[in-house]
Amino acid sequence: MQFNFICCLISRVLHNRIIMADKLRAQQQLEQLQTRYVGVGHADTTKHEWVSNVHRDSLASYIGHPAMLEHFSVAFNEPRERVRMQFVDKMIQPCGPPKEKEEI
Amino acid sequence: MSSAISLYSLTLVPPSAITSSIVGQFSGRRQQEIITASGSRMQLYRFDPSAGRLVQITSTEVFGIIRTIKPFRVAGSSKDCIIIGSDSGRIAILEYKPEQTQFVQVHLETFGKTGVRRVVPGEYLAVDPKGRATMIASVEKNKLVYILNRDTNANITISSPLEAHKPRSLLYAVTGLDVGYDNPIFAALEVDYSEADLDPSGQAYREIQKTLTFYQLDLGLNHVVRMWSDIVDRQSNLLMEVPGGADGPSGVLVCTEGYIVYRHMNKAVHRVPIPRRRTPYDDSARKRIIVCGVMHKMKRDFFFLLQSDEGDLFKVTIDYNVRGVEALKIQYFDTVPVAISLNILKSGFLFVAAEGGSHNFYQFVQLGEESGENEFTSTDYVKGDMSDYPAVHFHPRPLENLSLVYTMETLNPLIDAKVDNLTGEDAPQIYALAGQGPRSSFRSIRHGLDVTEVVASELPGEPTAVWTTKLTAQDTFDSYIVLSFTNGTLVLSIGETVEEVTDSGFLSSTPTLAVQQVGEDSLVQVYPKGIRHITANKEVDEWEAPLHTMVVAATTNSRQVAVALSTSEIVYFELDDEGQLNEYQDRKEMRASVTSLSVGDVPEGKVRSSFLAVGCDDSTVHVISLDPENTLESLSVQALTSSPTALRILSMPDSTFLENTQLLNASSTLYLHIGLYNGVYLRAVLDTITGQLSDTQTQFLGARPVKLFKVTAQDQPAILALSSRSWLAYTKDVSFMVTPLAYEALEFGDGFSSEQCEMGIVGIEGSNLRIFMVNDLTENTKSDGLPLAYTPRRLIRHPSRALFYVIESDNNTLAPDARQELLSMSRKQSDYEDLPAEEFGNPKFTGKWASCIEIVDPLSQEKFARIDMVNNEAAFSVTVCSFSASQPRREEEDEGVDRKPDGEEEEDLYLVVGTAKDLSLAPRRCGGGFLHVYKIVDEGRGLEFVHKTEVDDAPVAMLEFQGRLLVGVGRCLRIYDLGMKQLLRKSEYKSRSLNNIVTINAAHNRIIIGDIQQGVTYLVYRHADNQFLPFADDVVARHTTCVTMLDYETVAGGDKFGNLWVLRCKESVSRDADEDNGAQLLNARTYLDGASSRLDMLAHFYVQDVPTSIQKTQLVPGGREVILYSGLQGTIGVLAPFASQGDVDFFQQLETLLRNEARPLAGRDHLIYRGSYVPVKSVIDGDLCEMYAVLPVDKKRSIAAELERTVREVERKVAGLRTRYAF
Repeated sequence: MQFNFICCLISRVLHNRIIMADKLRAQQQLEQLQTRYVGVGHADTTKHEWVSNVHRDSLASYIGHPAMLEHFSVAFNEPRERVRMQFVDKMIQPCGPPKEKEEI
Repeated sequence: MSSAISLYSLTLVPPSAITSSIVGQFSGRRQQEIITASGSRMQLYRFDPSAGRLVQITSTEVFGIIRTIKPFRVAGSSKDCIIIGSDSGRIAILEYKPEQTQFVQVHLETFGKTGVRRVVPGEYLAVDPKGRATMIASVEKNKLVYILNRDTNANITISSPLEAHKPRSLLYAVTGLDVGYDNPIFAALEVDYSEADLDPSGQAYREIQKTLTFYQLDLGLNHVVRMWSDIVDRQSNLLMEVPGGADGPSGVLVCTEGYIVYRHMNKAVHRVPIPRRRTPYDDSARKRIIVCGVMHKMKRDFFFLLQSDEGDLFKVTIDYNVRGVEALKIQYFDTVPVAISLNILKSGFLFVAAEGGSHNFYQFVQLGEESGENEFTSTDYVKGDMSDYPAVHFHPRPLENLSLVYTMETLNPLIDAKVDNLTGEDAPQIYALAGQGPRSSFRSIRHGLDVTEVVASELPGEPTAVWTTKLTAQDTFDSYIVLSFTNGTLVLSIGETVEEVTDSGFLSSTPTLAVQQVGEDSLVQVYPKGIRHITANKEVDEWEAPLHTMVVAATTNSRQVAVALSTSEIVYFELDDEGQLNEYQDRKEMRASVTSLSVGDVPEGKVRSSFLAVGCDDSTVHVISLDPENTLESLSVQALTSSPTALRILSMPDSTFLENTQLLNASSTLYLHIGLYNGVYLRAVLDTITGQLSDTQTQFLGARPVKLFKVTAQDQPAILALSSRSWLAYTKDVSFMVTPLAYEALEFGDGFSSEQCEMGIVGIEGSNLRIFMVNDLTENTKSDGLPLAYTPRRLIRHPSRALFYVIESDNNTLAPDARQELLSMSRKQSDYEDLPAEEFGNPKFTGKWASCIEIVDPLSQEKFARIDMVNNEAAFSVTVCSFSASQPRREEEDEGVDRKPDGEEEEDLYLVVGTAKDLSLAPRRCGGGFLHVYKIVDEGRGLEFVHKTEVDDAPVAMLEFQGRLLVGVGRCLRIYDLGMKQLLRKSEYKSRSLNNIVTINAAHNRIIIGDIQQGVTYLVYRHADNQFLPFADDVVARHTTCVTMLDYETVAGGDKFGNLWVLRCKESVSRDADEDNGAQLLNARTYLDGASSRLDMLAHFYVQDVPTSIQKTQLVPGGREVILYSGLQGTIGVLAPFASQGDVDFFQQLETLLRNEARPLAGRDHLIYRGSYVPVKSVIDGDLCEMYAVLPVDKKRSIAAELERTVREVERKVAGLRTRYAF
């Protein structure tokens, strides 16, 4: 009985540890992903971060597809180099400055 | 109706916009070549000094987006290789193999995901000038460095990648630094945005800095270090390497808005301003940037040519000594079109790959040393901010240092196209709007080879036939032109002048059937009553046709003569060793009368051609042996659909191979070419041993009986086929092509060779003798251009006349009225002359628009009226509308039901043009729009302003709909009718889910609108309630650019990402929408803010280029209808429906096999490429299937074996599909 209880306790503690370790590992993996792949979100991703990320992806795609860059360049009637430069500039802050973080 | 469709995609005109161009010795020879990347293709050009033009050597489809290419040469090699930065997530190193005329993959290393992504390298590429390393980088974060080397067998080796990543930093430019043989250094222009991302006040964003960073590759330690970094101007955009080591001071030029800086690690900074044009229109708010440049090294010196965004070239030189740079100097050089890239050839030429319009090739006349242009030196700009110094100016002027040698015509950017047959030819033409700004043009494109006319002269009578002949076997050029008339023969000599020859020995009192130079130095004339053999000393030997018979057909080569008599007998002669023509003892009698004969050329090293082809009027062709052992024995018979009018045995180069050798490309096959009475041309393989005919290819040429002639075009034997048009049959790469000549329809022809014109063709047309040359066999379309004022936007044809109305508009450009205003304000107007806009561009001014309407007649190549828009309005849409719904019904209409339409007065037609005022594109703002109504007068050649109506947004789409005008204004769809003072709004549809309606199609009561972001919506217009009801829309938000209706339920369209798609509405939904009495549709539940039903996607395909127009049309006479699209970069392509399920299966299998066997050169997976945005559906890539022809023999064989067919069958099937639908 006593033995059983102790076993049970140990197993529960172990189990908790494993869960904790799992969580930690998941956290680490996520962080690893976030450093490797730009734009991977997390639980606290703000709307601003997400939208900025989408815009940066779009702008990079406009720059990277020669036909699409030409599409913009013809519409603006500006040389492609200038349009390209403007688009990279836009990628710095595509959606304005981030919102103030609310104090908790 | 089956709901599935299968389409075959074919590119007719490949894109002509150049993304990147490089120069180098790619063949390993001394001559430099140019490689250009356009779309997914790579072309190799070589300059031909004798012809004064760039010749395309090869063009390869890589099935991937080429974003940048760079040449490099590893130390000790004499050949340049190519690195491609593409969307494949791989680095590809290619080598050009001149003997195969193909690019070959040397290395292909994967480093990331596929696709054009923010952090996957491929956008930027830099190479160490000594060819030791390369850096491939993405817009954000990632940079990889590969070490390039050679192994002991002189093969190029590539290392594993070394990372130089920097998270949260954006890259603007990267270049290799010339450091001699020190460790390679790459210079990068970067911006780190990590702080700006965290600062809500925006302070960090405002203070953001751009840095110039040097990354050094330590070859000893095998890693990359950030070596040096310094802040540069925030607006810097471009880096140029400065020669180093023994050749110069090393370092980089950083090009920035307004000025250029020399930078090097721990060295002094030198700055020079970019001079501005001295014009009264100068917009001082606009700063010049350098858009591209080139550095050229000479023996002891080097210089830069940098181009500003207006197209002005500046020569930049550097004064330096052992301590470093003393001064940077800049001087105006010349003005050329704004370029994507510039390339200087060592032989003194400059290649300008223009952004819009044709690419130019210039020769350097001088290097600007004695031009007397102001030179600006960095020693004057040492202290303070560059903006504190006054602007410096120069006077733009026509070319002084360069002279234009060659222009490569392009269709880039191709903004709108319509297929129509205005000329009344067999095949329709494509009318397109191409080019940008003042370099734009209205283009008429037709299928045909471009020719250059050498001579066109009127003759005294109408000749029936023409020949050219040499006098001896050794002659390289022809000496006589022999003309046959109905009652005589005329001999002309070719020389400085063309004169009649009387002592030629030819019988001049009779028509001629054939002329030939035979043996060493004698001539043969075949005429209806016999054969005349004329020796060098004018001795004549004659053979007379038997009594009461005539010679009806004759054929000759340099040793053999065969004639057919009116008694259906064939008489055969052969030259003996003494040079005498001897008749063969027997005559061959045919069962039907003979219409044509052909004996092939004597093969090299043999004494006779062993086959005689005989065409009989019982619609058969017989092949007869001429070999001594079985002379005149029949070998094979082929039945035809009509009687043959012309035969020609001619071997042509092609990809077929001898079964026992691996020899490819060098071989040629013997073909029998047959022209039929019904206008069909056939080409059949003639077996050289058995004389059997096989593998027949056919093509319909025209309504008249076909005549065939052997000619030479661009160094290869070709067949000139004459019907109601003139055609040329030739081999391009390895595939067989039959293309019409963009020339007069000829009646008779022959090859022509003289000193001035080595590979010409002589022909007769009516009573005219014409001599011409075929320029280029690589391009099978010919386009004529008519220059336009501004970037064209849309074109519309007059409903009945051969006239087009073109609207044009240019952003950031001064319109004539605004220009006049500025000029009147300026004091310097007296000494200012307007420069030609084609070369210097229109004056730019931020926020201004220049726009006009022009009337173009493509047949006479004339322009009629031009109406300029004023008040900063720009035209975006145009349509012709009759407004017949509101025009009072004429009384005559009732009385004259059977009145002839052309006898009556035309009803009034109006041209409606939609304009936007003060439009700003990013961010989008619009000061309202207008609908201008013009009455079409003067047989369509004039426009009379009626009135204009203000609307709240830019009207981008317009269509006549049931006698009224349907307009898409922003997110509203409206119906307007003509009023006295303005247009009257009759009905409106507005939806929250729409952004901007860009296309409208209508049929019956159905209206299909395409939204700029939200795909297509089907609506029904209900007369009774004057109401639009949407009933079907799409599940995917497609960024539509063009849409056309294929049938009542189906549309085909394209989006701005480069996809083509076909959508269909369910038949039941479609029927319900038409039958609905209102209640059901009106109360139908909307689904997620959209219509009640969804469209089904039938087909989807990625074409890489942005589709700008799409149309259902027929391209070849007798062919089936195809979907033709035009792409922005100058692509014209088709989607053709398959005729049978068998074909679909065959091509699907072939495509699958080719995907594995012919792996794309840049390393992109073909299936993923064609499904870049949405997986490919129901479309087979014809461009891939056509790669079969250029595969190595063993691969061809294995694929053919898999398909259970022969190689020739597969080739014929692939080629046949193209000719069936298009060209």
